[in-house]
Amino acid sequence: MPPDAATSAAVPEASPPGQQQDPLSPRNPNLSTGRRILGLFLYQRELTPVVITIGVFLYFTIRAGSNFTDSLSLSSAAGYAGPIGAIAIGEVLLLVLAEIDLSVGQVFLFCPWMMYWMHNDGLPLAVAILIALLVVCMVGAVNGLITVRLNVPSFVTTLATNFILYGLVLVESNDQQGSPIPLSGQTGFISQLMGSWKWAEILWVLAITIFLSVMLTRTRFGTRIIATGGNLVGAAEAGVPIRRVKVWAFVLCSFFAGLVGIVDSVKYGTLDPGNFGVDYILYAVGACVIGGTALTGGRGTIVGAFIGAILIGVLEDGLTLIGVSTNDFFIYVGVVIIFAMALNVQFDRLIARSRVR
Amino acid sequence: MSAAAEPLPPEPPVPAGTPVLEVRSVTKSFGAIGVLRGIDLVLGQGEVLGLVGDNGAGKSTLVKILSGFHQQDGGDIVLGGERVSFHSVAAARSHGIETVYQDLALIPQLSVYQNLFLGHEVTRLGPLRFLDKGAMRKLARQYLDDIHVYVPSIEAEAEQLSGGQRQAIAVARAVRASPKILLLDEPLSAMGARESRLIINLVKDLASSGRVSIIVIDHNYAHLFELCDRINVMQGGRITIDQRVHETSMEELTELMVSSYRRQLEEVQNAGA
Repeated sequence: MPPDAATSAAVPEASPPGQQQDPLSPRNPNLSTGRRILGLFLYQRELTPVVITIGVFLYFTIRAGSNFTDSLSLSSAAGYAGPIGAIAIGEVLLLVLAEIDLSVGQVFLFCPWMMYWMHNDGLPLAVAILIALLVVCMVGAVNGLITVRLNVPSFVTTLATNFILYGLVLVESNDQQGSPIPLSGQTGFISQLMGSWKWAEILWVLAITIFLSVMLTRTRFGTRIIATGGNLVGAAEAGVPIRRVKVWAFVLCSFFAGLVGIVDSVKYGTLDPGNFGVDYILYAVGACVIGGTALTGGRGTIVGAFIGAILIGVLEDGLTLIGVSTNDFFIYVGVVIIFAMALNVQFDRLIARSRVR
Repeated sequence: MSAAAEPLPPEPPVPAGTPVLEVRSVTKSFGAIGVLRGIDLVLGQGEVLGLVGDNGAGKSTLVKILSGFHQQDGGDIVLGGERVSFHSVAAARSHGIETVYQDLALIPQLSVYQNLFLGHEVTRLGPLRFLDKGAMRKLARQYLDDIHVYVPSIEAEAEQLSGGQRQAIAVARAVRASPKILLLDEPLSAMGARESRLIINLVKDLASSGRVSIIVIDHNYAHLFELCDRINVMQGGRITIDQRVHETSMEELTELMVSSYRRQLEEVQNAGA
C-alpha cells in the first residue's frame, strides 16, 4: 500500500476532505466483501468476460469431455479466435478514440496477398513481407488522414477502403486462389514461428495484446488516445495533438492486422480471393464489445477484446462439438453481445454515480 | 447618483508599473459581423480583472484571441511592453498565457492526476514514453495540497467529481504551468453556491500570491466584486466602462451601464435621423 492510504485512513470523516478514497475503488481499504467484489468487476472490465469464458469452457468440458479439451479441438478454437482477436485488439484503439475502422478485416486478408504477389515477382520473402507491412501501414495512414483532414467519418472512410482493397484482391488475383504460400507447411523455426505451428497465430495475437495493452494503459500515447476519445475539444485544448494521435492509431491497427494476416496465410497455406473482410470485422467489433469496450469513446480494454475473441472461438468450436448446428452459433453470439453491452452500460452508470460528496 | 450622469472617467484607472498585458484597438470580425470593434484593455501585475457584458458583447472572442485560439484582424497585443502575435494556443501558452475554458477541458475517463498532467506527462526515457505514474501521483498530491484544492481521491476518474471539483482541477492544471496570465472564461457557470465558493477561494489565493494576473469573465456581479480589483464592461464589441472595484458599487456600475446603453442608443438614433 502506498503511504497515502495509511494517512487517508487516519483522517476522520468529518475533517476537511483530504485525499480520501474513491468509494468503489479496489484501493479503498474500508469495503465489505460484496462491495469489494462489485468494485473489482467495475474497474477490471476484463473480469466479466473472463468469468463467462471460463463458464462456457467448463460447460463444454462437461458436455463434450475430452473431445473438447483435446489439443486438436482447442487449436481449432484458437483458429477461430486468432483472426478475430488480431483485428479486435487493434480496433479497440479506434473505438476508444470514438472512431471505427471497418477495413481492418480486409487489411488482414490483403496483406498476405501483397506478400504473395511480390514474392512471386521475385522479391526475397523478407523484403516482400516488409513491403506488404509498409503498404498496410499506408492504408491505415490514408484511412486516418482522410478522416481527420477531410472530416469524413471514419465509418465511411474505412467502408470505402474496405471495398477498394477487396476489389484490388479480386482484380489482381484474377479470382484465382493464391497457393502455395511461402514458408507454409515447412518445419524450420522461421516457418513454425510465422504460422506453421498450430499455436503460432494465437500466440502472436497474445503478444500483440500485451504490447498494445501496456501501450494504452502505461504510455503517454495511450493517455492521449483515451483523452482524445474521452473529450476531443478538451484534449486539443490541453495540447494533445488529436489528429496525429488518430492517424497513428489507424496505422497501428492496420499494421498488426496485416502482420497476423501473414501468419494466418502461412498457417492455412492458401489465399482465397472470395474471403470478405467484413465477415471478420463484425466478429471483431463483437469481441471488443464482449470484452468491455463501449463504442462511445474514452473507454476500452485490449485484453478484454482478446478474451472476447477467445469466447467466440470457444463457442464456435464447442457448439460444433456438442452437435449444435452452426446456424445456432450466430444466435448465441448475438445474445452474448447484447448481454455484454447492456452490462457495460450499467457498469459505466455505476461508476459515474459512485461519486463522493 | 451624480456619477451616472457624468461621461466616462477622464483617466481610466491604469495600474502602476508596466502592465503585464495591453490590448490596443483590437478588432475582430466573423464574416460581416464585427464582434470586436476596437478593444483597449490593460492588465496590471498581479491584478484580477473582471470582464462583464451581455451575450454577444465579445467577451469570449476577446479571451479566445488572447489565448491564441483566434487571431485578431487589427490592433496589437502587448505583453510586458513587447508586441506579440499568437498563431496558436501553443504560442500563447509559451508566452505564459493559460486559459480555462467554459467547456471544461477535463477528460471524464482519466483520473484526477492524469488530467492534471495531461499534455505535460511525467515520462521515463525511451521511445515508448512510459508514464511515471508514481511520480505523477506524488507530485499531484503535493501540488493540490499546496494550492488548497481537495478532491476525494486523485485516483478517482474526473467523471466521478462534482462540477466544482472538476473546475478546480481545470484551474489547477492551468496554474501548474505557472502562467503569467490566467484567463478564466465563466469559471462559475452552472455551479452551486458551495461549489462557487471553492473556485472563488482558489482564485483569490492565486491572486494574493501576486505571481499571476487574472482575467475573469462572469455574469455574477457579486462574485466579480469579491474576486476582482477592477471591472471592465463590454458593450457592442467595445469596453465602455472601466472601474476599480473599491471605488464603485454594484448599483453605480449598473447605472453606468444603463446610461452607457442609453448613449449608444441615442448615437444609433442620431445616425439614423
